[in-house]
Amino acid sequence: MAPARAAVRHLPRAPRAVVGSNVPRREGLEKLTGRALYVADLDVPGAWWGVTVRSPHARARILSIERDLGADGARAVVVTAEDLLRSGRDNVVHLIADDQPFLAHRSVEHAEEAVALVAAPTREEAERAAARVRVRYEPLEPVLDFERAETIHKTCAIDKGDVAAAFAGAARVVEGTYRVGHQEHAYIEPNGMVAWPRIDGVRLVRGSLQCPFYVHAALTRLFGEPAEAIRVAQTSTGGGFGGKEDYPDLVAGHAALLADACGRPVRLLYDRAEDMVATTKRHPGRIVHRTALDAEGRLLGMDVEVLLDGGAYVTLSPVVLSRAVIHAAGPYRCANVRIRGRVVKTNTPPNGAFRGFGVPQVAFALERHLDRVARAAGLDRVELRRRNLLADGETTATGQAVIDAGASRQALDAALKRSRFAATARAHARFNRRHAHLRRGLGLACFFHGSGFTGNGEIRLASEVALELLEGGRVRVLAAATEIGQGTRTVFAQIVAQVLGLPYEAVETVDPDTALVPDSGPTVASRTVPIVGRILADAARELDAVLARRVGRPPGRPWTRRDFAGAAALHLDAGGERRVTARFSNPSGQRFDETRYVGDAYAAYAWAAAVAEVEVDLTSFETRVLRVVAAQDIGRAIHPRLAAGQLEGGLTQAVGWALFEEVVARDGRMANGQLTNYILPTAIETPPIELVVLERPFAHGPFGAKGIGELPMDGGAPAVVNAIADALEIDLDRLPATPERIAAAWLAARPERRRA
Amino acid sequence: MKLRLEVNGRPRSADVPPMKRLLDVLRDDLRLTGTKEGCGEGECGACAVLLDGELVNSCLVPACQADRRAVTTVEGLAAPDGSLHPVQQAFWEKGGAQCGICTPGMLVAAVALVERARRPSDAEIREWLAGNLCRCTGYVKIVEAVAAAARARRPGAGARRPKRVKR
Amino acid sequence: MRGDLAALEVLRPRRLAEALAALADSDRPCPIAGGTDLYVALNEGRAPARRFLDLSRLDELTGLETTPSGLRLGARTTYTELRASRLVRRRAPVLAEMAASVGAIAIQNRGTLGGSLGNASPASDPAPVLLALDAAVELAARDGRRVVRRRVPLDRFFIGYRETAARPDELIVAVLLPSSALEGWRYAYRKVGTRRAQAISKVVAAVGLELGARPRRIAAARIAYGSMAPTPVRARAAEAALAGRAPTSAAGRAAARALLAEDLHPIDDLRSSADYRALVAGRLLESLLGALGGFRPGLDD
Repeated sequence: MAPARAAVRHLPRAPRAVVGSNVPRREGLEKLTGRALYVADLDVPGAWWGVTVRSPHARARILSIERDLGADGARAVVVTAEDLLRSGRDNVVHLIADDQPFLAHRSVEHAEEAVALVAAPTREEAERAAARVRVRYEPLEPVLDFERAETIHKTCAIDKGDVAAAFAGAARVVEGTYRVGHQEHAYIEPNGMVAWPRIDGVRLVRGSLQCPFYVHAALTRLFGEPAEAIRVAQTSTGGGFGGKEDYPDLVAGHAALLADACGRPVRLLYDRAEDMVATTKRHPGRIVHRTALDAEGRLLGMDVEVLLDGGAYVTLSPVVLSRAVIHAAGPYRCANVRIRGRVVKTNTPPNGAFRGFGVPQVAFALERHLDRVARAAGLDRVELRRRNLLADGETTATGQAVIDAGASRQALDAALKRSRFAATARAHARFNRRHAHLRRGLGLACFFHGSGFTGNGEIRLASEVALELLEGGRVRVLAAATEIGQGTRTVFAQIVAQVLGLPYEAVETVDPDTALVPDSGPTVASRTVPIVGRILADAARELDAVLARRVGRPPGRPWTRRDFAGAAALHLDAGGERRVTARFSNPSGQRFDETRYVGDAYAAYAWAAAVAEVEVDLTSFETRVLRVVAAQDIGRAIHPRLAAGQLEGGLTQAVGWALFEEVVARDGRMANGQLTNYILPTAIETPPIELVVLERPFAHGPFGAKGIGELPMDGGAPAVVNAIADALEIDLDRLPATPERIAAAWLAARPERRRA
Repeated sequence: MKLRLEVNGRPRSADVPPMKRLLDVLRDDLRLTGTKEGCGEGECGACAVLLDGELVNSCLVPACQADRRAVTTVEGLAAPDGSLHPVQQAFWEKGGAQCGICTPGMLVAAVALVERARRPSDAEIREWLAGNLCRCTGYVKIVEAVAAAARARRPGAGARRPKRVKR
Repeated sequence: MRGDLAALEVLRPRRLAEALAALADSDRPCPIAGGTDLYVALNEGRAPARRFLDLSRLDELTGLETTPSGLRLGARTTYTELRASRLVRRRAPVLAEMAASVGAIAIQNRGTLGGSLGNASPASDPAPVLLALDAAVELAARDGRRVVRRRVPLDRFFIGYRETAARPDELIVAVLLPSSALEGWRYAYRKVGTRRAQAISKVVAAVGLELGARPRRIAAARIAYGSMAPTPVRARAAEAALAGRAPTSAAGRAAARALLAEDLHPIDDLRSSADYRALVAGRLLESLLGALGGFRPGLDD
């Protein structure tokens, strides 16, 4: 496939450029004044309180459930799987494999699995009643170690070139095994839903979520009711990061079942402790690399095994694995690649989407491995990468020729320059000589992230958006994408305003409600701007064409509010449609063979490089991150300040995962499920972050924009751990790089040193 | 008990159990839902309010200890005419909020700082805000906003300078 | 949150004698000062009692003052007050340093010395520093119509895991620091936690040295650790290893060896491992001794 020279269509510039400027944020003011309503803030007169009864065992048979609540439960209702099935509900959380029940029926497959639901007029009554629900279990032997698990949720394979020949002819082969653990999203707002009973044929749920139509699909399946019978509306959502991609399906289903049972609205609001132990986490993994090099340090062959822990049910694991495998060989040139991926079942709470979605795991492994490769080959770690990073038009592991792959090297050069890499390394060497008990180091990581759903996913999603004409020359955006902190409503308004040439203030946006908006797909996979934003731009162009035709002017000229209002009025008076819709049209012509994993895995990639500077205290082995420099190509920054906010936030989550965040499990249950013991970075731990924003436009994104939400999470952790390894001259192959692990590695590297 | 307190400059009262959390009194009895619950452990700071001008986590304060005292919440930061507090204004301009759930507590904490410190350094701001967790921003624009607000405001300056209302 | 706070009663006396009378009652209320520890339990639905004794109106438990024998810190002294007090910064600055490492600002505004000592967590932040300062606790109780007070040296106050020498009817009213500890001694403190703020300690060490000038010798040492045993402890073996020695890295190493052989019993828990704690406890000791004694600690030499 010869790469075509991309032409970015330049749309006529509006008198005020809206895209590319820091317009006032749509959702901003209410958040600053305490007026934004999150699910727990909703005033719901007459609402009951819902509580979930959960399994204490990682694996067990359910023998019986006794529901004699006595006086404690005089007013309470209880719902179990039996009740569900008796009333003709489908006890399945519809996602990919349809293997997860809303309520465990005959067996539990993980600790904290929902076994029964209770609702009562007050929280205290509901808790007392729930304590009276006696479940008799027969505990079974659980599978808790994913490295020994045998039940496979999904496998995945990539084969490019001839790996066996590559290894046979290699000058050097380097091996390494890398491990990463869970990461908990720890959005500051826990999960929660409010559900109403069926009123006038419609069941309404409102709550904290990323994907209203996922919830909608799960509820129509649960109740066996048609689409119009279920209505899902998003409340202000206090962070998601993937943790509210699919889990809200469960919460919403539970709340709706309780509302159905008691005939009243039900508030099902998790507290922090429940949210931490029961909901999804990032997939832990073990990644094994074998790498063949030629004498010049070029990558001849890469053989990678990716093993992920999916937890008890399939949920999103196949897609996480898929993305992990596609990104496992990194942004590097290599003609011979073999990647084998497996995601397995353990009796632990199902793992799910978390910003990066498989890429942080494989990027950690690869970038740690490349430092090891460099050392083994006697090469400078920067030079090894520079020599092997993709250039424009070269092919990835799936054989996709990527037109702007050379941005990977531009990002590397930009990060090296801004961090003054060589000079800083020399300064660190001087510092280390002068300080007996402090060590400074530098670490580097190169990484990339495909925008949108993997493979043919976007074609299957067939996302749809609409624009609605309003009075006074205004337009309303109708899409299912949720604002969860990234500024969705703002950038959508910017895109539409820019295409139409209207002022930003003329474009309205709403929080999605499935009764009002078409399904533009989930708010995941870094797709909101490049995919949904592009469809919105298409819709705006269509609207412009329709109205321009109506008043006999050429399309593509900016509208004034007045002219637009006039054209709209004419259009509506003549019986024209108030709404214009547009669907995903696969503008890049992307095609992917999902059996052989060959072809265009994504329509666009964003490229990045991160440099981290650390200081390790040899008294306590604590790491202080002094600075992170990240150069990130995002295609085009629709709103530079919001874009920077995404990049800074993602890097900080990566620092947290690298150094502090660890799920400690006992018997398959999270034992440190409090913010006291699951350590998030505070403002003190978070280093100064310097961003270099590069823009290699994506021809088919709105104004060239690519997805940026996940990219910054992908490479921060290996940059930090590479820096620690550099500072102390130790091997670290596991996350998080806690002081305990660093101390152990330090001692292991110096057996002759006195131990304390 | 009959709880009597001043909230955002106005006298308020409520009949509450004495050990009810101040957080719940504010949210449920007084319907001031701006203050949030993020953890119930005093770790995240989403519930932060000022109690007689001092920063506290309201999830750890019993109602009885707020009796006859003055509480300031996020709802009390803007002026009666709607103009934003300089700290809110700075957050607005610098992008100090993303999902917004930590923002009320963060603003209250920031207000407490700028009223005490003339020109807090980056390190001082970070130390002061260490009890307010944010998962979205990486704190970068929060720290910038607080530094800007501190520059704009003289501590103990008395009446707030009105700012343009933003829509 | 979980649990039901509506049924909980509170007594709110204004005078110490009233408070102590309530504690002498058979249906003994649980004292609450700042609530930063108690409310974590209440939020989890684990109320330790049905009745509570609110100490927040007892002025007799406040105050930071010089007395003929040293410094008297009221039990309700908060960490913020310690940081702000000119008296503390002048006479016992290590206390202000410790206070700055507790939680974060909102916790420092509410947490009290009495609360922390009364809870007797092995990870208590002030306990190791107060042990190094040779502090004593003043307890008060009702005896008939009188209030009787007694002093317990802090190194005899923690008698078991979360158990103190205070009787159930006693309140901690003050912490006393002797002048002998405040003059002629130098102190250093370091807390290693799960992160720099809002952290429970993994290891926390406080060291006090009395240095003789000619010859330069360690006349006496007081070393205390937290999170390294079921209670905050004085490291007597380490202290003995230093007595009379010149302040050198060899002395530091000897103290660290004695520390780990005899004084400390670290465990594995959610936050850290016994191995790490032991390793760092020794390194901290050498490091703090080096800072106080003016030598470069050996550590990995």
